[in-house]
Amino acid sequence: MISGVSIYEILTVTSILFFIGVFGFITRKNLISILMSIELILNASVINFVVINKYLYPDMLQGVLFSLFIIAVAAAETALAVSIIINLYRQISSVEVKDTETMKY
Amino acid sequence: MEKIIFYSLALIMIVFAIASVTSRKMLRSVIYLLFVLCGIAGVYFLIDYNFLAAIQLTVYAGGIIVLIIFSVILVHHIEMELEIAKISKQILVGLACLIGLGIFLTTIYSYEFKVVENSLTTTTSDIGMKLLSYEAGGFILPFEVISVLLLAAMVGAIVIAKGKKLTDKNDETL
Repeated sequence: MISGVSIYEILTVTSILFFIGVFGFITRKNLISILMSIELILNASVINFVVINKYLYPDMLQGVLFSLFIIAVAAAETALAVSIIINLYRQISSVEVKDTETMKY
Repeated sequence: MEKIIFYSLALIMIVFAIASVTSRKMLRSVIYLLFVLCGIAGVYFLIDYNFLAAIQLTVYAGGIIVLIIFSVILVHHIEMELEIAKISKQILVGLACLIGLGIFLTTIYSYEFKVVENSLTTTTSDIGMKLLSYEAGGFILPFEVISVLLLAAMVGAIVIAKGKKLTDKNDETL
């Protein structure tokens, strides 16, 4: 644990990061920006897992392992989302949310 | 000393996160996100999880940011200005986020965490043994599932991004 820093301060920072991510997720109009906001939200939750593991249950490893799984899922999600965005750009020449209004059929 | 480092890291993370979600230049906002992710890796170093910090730096700063920059350069003119939401909508969403943040913080500060004073170091071999142990509380099944998921996601990404084949049959549709 960090000497001199309580768990409340770290949780405050991660809550602020989480809500900045939510703000960006709602106000942005661009698919890639929305993807970046999702990364912010996921990272804030990962810090929460790690910090609660370290401060409350230091002889366990569950928080670290779950954060590893979250990072793997986030990487897979980003790869898929980028491929979908590139395919979309090839078909409608735009990555704005308002232009993506028809599905395949 | 650690207190000063933590506070400066927190300041850097919050300032660059706000810059990242409000900047109108696409590439700049990706670079601001990179600074936020490096700050998070710094927090992991501070609480003595070196393996996780290395994972954060390689996967996020090395992999995901490069992927996002690649897609930005592929689909945008670099200096293009993004259109942003109406100012009234931004204020409304900001207010909603502030209310949610207030609820979070009152809940957190009203709960008594039973903090255990410790200075244990987690080595990488501990994490590896736990990840591959098949006894009670071991993580071998989620580990295998996540590896299959990564493989499936990579195959799916290739199939989706490849698009249609350039044959004579659908040449006129492309």
